[in-house]
Amino acid sequence: MDNKIIASTKSYFKRNAGILIGLVALCVIISLRSDRFLTQDNIMNVLRQISSNMYLACAMTMILIAGGIDLSVGSIVAITGVTAGTLLNAGVPIPLMLLICIALGAVYGTITGLIITTTTLPPFIVTYSMMQILRGATYVYTGGTTVRVDNRSFINLGTGYAFGFLPLPVIYLLIVFVIVFIVLNKTTLGRHIYAVGGNEKAARFSGISVMKTRMFVYIFSGIMGSLAGLVLCARSYSGNPLAGDGAEMDAIAACVLGGASMAGGYGFVGGTLIGALIIGLLNNGLNLMRIDSYWQIILKGIVILVAVYVDYVKNLKKNKSN
Amino acid sequence: MKGLAQSKAVLQKADLLPGAVCAGLFLFSNQKREKRMSALLWIGDDILAEQYLLEMKNVHKRFPGVHALKGVSLELRAGEVHALLGENGAGKSTLIKVLGGIYEKDEGEILIDGKKVEIKNVEQARNAGVSIIHQELVLVPYLSVAENIFLGRELRKKGGFIDRSAMIRETQRALDEFGLKLSPNAMIADLNIAQQQMVEIVKAVSFNARIIVMDEPTSSLSDKEVDALFENVRKLTARKIGIIYISHRMSELQEVADRVTVMRDGEYIATKEVAVTGNDELVALMVGRQLDNYYTRTFNDCKEPLLEVKNLSTAKIHDVSFTLRKGEILGFAGLVGAGRSETMQAVFGLDKVISGSVKLNGRELAGKNAESILASGISLVPEDRKNEGIFPGMTISFNMTLKVLKEFIRGIRVNNSKEKEIVEKYFQDLSVKAPGTETLIGSLSGGNQQKVVIGSWLASRPRVLILDEPTRGIDVGSKSEIYAIMNELAKNGVSIIMVSSELPEILNMSDRIIIMRGGSISGVLDRSEATQEKIMQHAVNI
Repeated sequence: MDNKIIASTKSYFKRNAGILIGLVALCVIISLRSDRFLTQDNIMNVLRQISSNMYLACAMTMILIAGGIDLSVGSIVAITGVTAGTLLNAGVPIPLMLLICIALGAVYGTITGLIITTTTLPPFIVTYSMMQILRGATYVYTGGTTVRVDNRSFINLGTGYAFGFLPLPVIYLLIVFVIVFIVLNKTTLGRHIYAVGGNEKAARFSGISVMKTRMFVYIFSGIMGSLAGLVLCARSYSGNPLAGDGAEMDAIAACVLGGASMAGGYGFVGGTLIGALIIGLLNNGLNLMRIDSYWQIILKGIVILVAVYVDYVKNLKKNKSN
Repeated sequence: MKGLAQSKAVLQKADLLPGAVCAGLFLFSNQKREKRMSALLWIGDDILAEQYLLEMKNVHKRFPGVHALKGVSLELRAGEVHALLGENGAGKSTLIKVLGGIYEKDEGEILIDGKKVEIKNVEQARNAGVSIIHQELVLVPYLSVAENIFLGRELRKKGGFIDRSAMIRETQRALDEFGLKLSPNAMIADLNIAQQQMVEIVKAVSFNARIIVMDEPTSSLSDKEVDALFENVRKLTARKIGIIYISHRMSELQEVADRVTVMRDGEYIATKEVAVTGNDELVALMVGRQLDNYYTRTFNDCKEPLLEVKNLSTAKIHDVSFTLRKGEILGFAGLVGAGRSETMQAVFGLDKVISGSVKLNGRELAGKNAESILASGISLVPEDRKNEGIFPGMTISFNMTLKVLKEFIRGIRVNNSKEKEIVEKYFQDLSVKAPGTETLIGSLSGGNQQKVVIGSWLASRPRVLILDEPTRGIDVGSKSEIYAIMNELAKNGVSIIMVSSELPEILNMSDRIIIMRGGSISGVLDRSEATQEKIMQHAVNI
């Protein structure tokens, strides 16, 4: 048993060596330039910031492995936040509101999944359309203004702490991460996800229900979009129709940084975690180093490009030696 | 509608016939010129020792864990068709990839015209005059014939724009030379495999290739197309181009090859003149032993019906009825497109059933999905291994266990030792040749991939095993092994349906034979009465 854990830890480090080195290097650079970086406050802050991205990225990992993509999650974040705020202001009790929001997330995912599986249109186009439709609906409903939230107990769900130091969103993140890890590595569903992305036809011939598998990943992604929307809403005291703009891209970047293949059939949620950490640290570190926020965007683009390229070269070498 | 499609297919094949006639004429005139030329050479060079076009000497190639080539040598004369024989995994493909610059050799040397050449990448191979026509053709589907032939070296006008008319003219000239009735403007995606192959050949020649390697060129061609291909091969040899020819079909060698080199387990075994070497001898060289019982079959008395298909119709098949008995091997013969694979996919729940019934032990299965049909004990090993059978990016064990995950995964508990047990069992039983069970299946040879695929279906312990072209593109040794496995299964009461286009296989392995034509069953023959002629009579409309 112990040997197994050691072996899998080893293979984890081996697989993610490049990006782990990048992560460490990033930490070293930032900590040299800023005293505040390694404080407990700041580390918890980073973790809290990446958690929203991670909910989306965990689901996105499964979608990419299954050979799809989901661009609609950023818009689900916004529409959920607005829905949550509206329901709370209308006096709907929190548990019921949470249930409705999560269920709506599942509904968005179901619609996306159904369109993709029944029409066989490219997921990129279907989810891009969903992204526009949901974002547009959010604007239409709010008229472009934010919905303010002042329900303290709801806000606490996003801003509170467990054990006095661990932000609650990080707890949610751990739960989501463990669920996705188990699904991908320990269940038949997980293998089916890899199979569908690896060779859809062969999966069909193997008696795997490609439709069910696809539906699962898109529904899960919708739910994760809702979760991210709720947490963001609570943290910012408002449902903002602009929220989650570009979040789908951050999620995809985290997956690809973590080694997932955009062509399907390959990816690891453990890698995605490191990918999301790198993106989170970049945001945080560049702020701490007082780099101009417009320049930050450029730097972020460059760092992601370099990191993915290094990983790509590494894989190229590995494939050659095979 | 069906008739239209058929006549279209016939027309497409007929396209190649005038080509063959032209080919004959061309061959004649060309040979004369060659003779004259070689006569001149002869005078100019008194003591011309036999100069090989290509020599590969003592070539070694090692991969992690595998010594793939152990000092292989090959000599190719100009104007010769040199067959390369060996079982899957014998190292043929590796040798060819070394020649083509896809792999770099670890040891040994390559000489062209007696001069040592370094081939480290595809570019260098091409410059050295080597062109490889891969089994999977590598043309760009949505570009025209001309654009493909000039891909990467487009002719240009002054000013840098592409000179389309010059390219089309040149292509037309090259196509005419081979008597190909193709338009230079035709899109590759609209051509059939045989035509695409010809375009590859024309392209190779246009690169001034002097050594052309053909990797299983006939594996997906009809008989007529094969004849046309051979005509063109002769045209190439008439131009003193040397051809290395890889094929598993022994019968072709007599027709097309001059000499043959046999490889086994990465080693050079022998080089023989084809004309004076018997097939038995070649097979013995390939497998390293005499294959006495190529077909293993102990017939049993099967009475008990297991699978009953009645009046089954889908969009592609019409009113198909048959019964499969327990422990029986039921052969499905017929021409390509007769509806055999479509019948199997309907039985397996992959195609929508319009009417009719499929009963396993009296239980109705028609209209159910593949998942539940698999669970009820029917397995289907698909025809197209690469596209329908394997997950190339995954390991052998992933591929092997995908259908039986339920046996070792309960909820979120994975029983690793049970998984290993299943994988090891079929890995050993089917003697898969691979470094280990964690090797990517995509890196194995065709025969070994097929063994893993069959293993993955056996793991689900089916009561009915449907094998669609189980031995296509597989070497004789693996074939024989697969026959033995089928026999063993039938003996143990598994019922097998074997769809096959190889008549010897159908005749030797089947208890009964069903022949299909145009989406319907056109005949049923018992083992005792079946002959090649009778099957063909039912298969084609006479």
